[in-house]
Amino acid sequence: MKKKLVGALMCVAMTATMLAGCGSSSEPAAAPAPAEPAAAPAQTQAAAPAETTPAEAPAETQAAAEPAASGEAIKVGFAQVGHESDWRAANTKNYQDTFSAANGYELSFVDCDNDHAVQIETVRGFIEQELDYICIAPIQSAGWDTVLQEAQDAGIPVLIVDRAVDADASLYTTALGCDMVAEGEAAGNWLAEYLNGEDANILVIEGSVGASATLGRTEGFNNIVAQNSNWTVLDSQSGDFTQAGGQEVMESFIKSYSDFNVVVCQNDNEAYGAMDAMDAAGITYGTDGDVIIISFDATHDGLQYTLDGKITCNVECNPLQAGFAEGVIKKLEAGESVDAWTLVEDEAFVSPGIESSYAVTMSQEVLDGRAY
Amino acid sequence: MDKVKKLTKMKLFLPIFSMILVMMINVIYDIASGNPPFGFFSISINNGILYGRLIDILNRGSEVAILAIGMTLVVSASAGTDISVGSVMSLSGGMCCMLLAGYGVTNVSNYAVPLWVGMLAGIAIACVCGLFNGFLVAYMNIQPMVATLILWSAGRAIGLLLCNSNIVYVRVPSFQFFGGYCGIIPTPIIIAAVCVAIASVALKSTALGTYIQSVGINKRASRISGFNSAKIILLCYVICGLCAGIAGLVATCRIYSADTNNIGLNMELDAILAVALGGNSLGGGKFNLAGSIIGAYTIQAITTTLYALGVSSAQAPVFKAIVVILIVVIQSQPVKDYFKKLSAKKAVAKEVA
Repeated sequence: MKKKLVGALMCVAMTATMLAGCGSSSEPAAAPAPAEPAAAPAQTQAAAPAETTPAEAPAETQAAAEPAASGEAIKVGFAQVGHESDWRAANTKNYQDTFSAANGYELSFVDCDNDHAVQIETVRGFIEQELDYICIAPIQSAGWDTVLQEAQDAGIPVLIVDRAVDADASLYTTALGCDMVAEGEAAGNWLAEYLNGEDANILVIEGSVGASATLGRTEGFNNIVAQNSNWTVLDSQSGDFTQAGGQEVMESFIKSYSDFNVVVCQNDNEAYGAMDAMDAAGITYGTDGDVIIISFDATHDGLQYTLDGKITCNVECNPLQAGFAEGVIKKLEAGESVDAWTLVEDEAFVSPGIESSYAVTMSQEVLDGRAY
Repeated sequence: MDKVKKLTKMKLFLPIFSMILVMMINVIYDIASGNPPFGFFSISINNGILYGRLIDILNRGSEVAILAIGMTLVVSASAGTDISVGSVMSLSGGMCCMLLAGYGVTNVSNYAVPLWVGMLAGIAIACVCGLFNGFLVAYMNIQPMVATLILWSAGRAIGLLLCNSNIVYVRVPSFQFFGGYCGIIPTPIIIAAVCVAIASVALKSTALGTYIQSVGINKRASRISGFNSAKIILLCYVICGLCAGIAGLVATCRIYSADTNNIGLNMELDAILAVALGGNSLGGGKFNLAGSIIGAYTIQAITTTLYALGVSSAQAPVFKAIVVILIVVIQSQPVKDYFKKLSAKKAVAKEVA
């Protein structure tokens, strides 16, 4: 009897924890803010606009006043990819800070955990809730036509953010994000400048199969490879944008190829794994080593490695995109037309001691000046 | 001839045969591309550690091998699968790193609490998950897949809550040790070996293995014969949770961080496949632990082979599927019957002659 009671209690406890878990992820992200001391939100709000371009700053303060007067918050739904990397975490936080209650928004944030089906259902949920705007960071580029059509029929403007979709541009209002092909080309251009005519034997650790970041960065980098006849891409495998994936793929590469001098990792987490694998095999890398590592994303930890001379070149994909999304929503609210495509500007960073026309040389000041 | 017959009748023959089949792909590839034919199997000591593709298979296959122990018992006792193990791995890793780093901290180089507290807490929460699953299956009579579906989705979410949705890095050498190297051998290999050894000794030297099989074959008959069937099923789920906890810690130590979103992702499927490849019936009853372990390493061998062959990542899942289909078909009853018939015909022909 006693044991049964304990079992039942355990059951209740677990269910309670689970309900708590579900609740906080699906509720509007803005909800916890009022519980915090008043000083804290004010601080984050002050920091957020500083990242966006100066031209947008006045617009934002104006917006903050506007809804307060009308008393009607703009309802924005955001179907986020997941939280697979530090980059994604910075991106999520930027959206939560920008579309906060204090700024006059009601953000419905849903983390789709890298599940395409969940994301489609999430967007359907947004349509049913009759939100004012829907932001989608698509997990996959394919399979969006039906649900975008549904949103259009419901008259809800859709912003495709961060990644691209394979759907007719008439089905959504606008797209904004980094140009992944340009990022790949930036990495290639920098490498050509750095090698200055030397041979390159390149190993590529790709991101998740089919992701637009993977496709774009591969395409851009390959464009530059095609221009250099003495460059060879020895192999290209997917590390799923994770550290464990990067480590496993690199372990295998080391056994398959003895002669390589460039490793391209399509995000920072993969680069950490690749570095661990090379450390274990006694292969040196970085500015003092045999192998040049090129990485993408330029997260804080990633740039620390660039500063330390380990990741020689790190191409940024700017996660602070919410300001650009807000700019678009502002225009739509005012009844203005918006461009079909808004570019989020990127930069590239290289280790100290390297001067490049394509990239910024890393220093402690540059790192400290980063927002994430 | 009799020796061959004896060999093919062994329980482990087909799982081992499948594994060799997978390895042979590499030999054929190496010969075709002009490399030394057994390059895939070479093991050397490089930079002070064991180095070679076989070591990679043993190392990378550790998590699935550990999971396969628990999964085998669950399948045997309850004729169902525990699909929550991947999420539980992530939860255990998240719990451990959260304690070691302190809540909300994402990057530390010193422990906030002693290492053993974090590890024990990670394993403990995994055992609680096992207890929860087992309670639902054994005492509430909920179908195993439905019961474990709850933690399949919630386990990872709780892990994320613990880690405040961040990747929590614990950059301490003694933490990295468990995913790194112990002398020249990768530590995960040792952990997996110890787990397998303890499990097989426990199942062989006590009557537990017999109890589990008996419950799996007929729950009611076992109860009438005096076994506490529900308790045995509960125990299997707790062991499965324990294994998931250990596997989660191994995966976490490998990358010295709680990447709750990716640790153990889809690994429940690999664990179930390992049990199936090991020649176990997913209908419960008799089980073969060694087969499941071999199955686990076979899955890793396929992955490592695909890397070695340089199959592009977009096509890799198709190749994997083809190999798995082949292995499963070889072990299926109709194919077995066909070969039995064939050899019987031969025997008859011999007698007539």
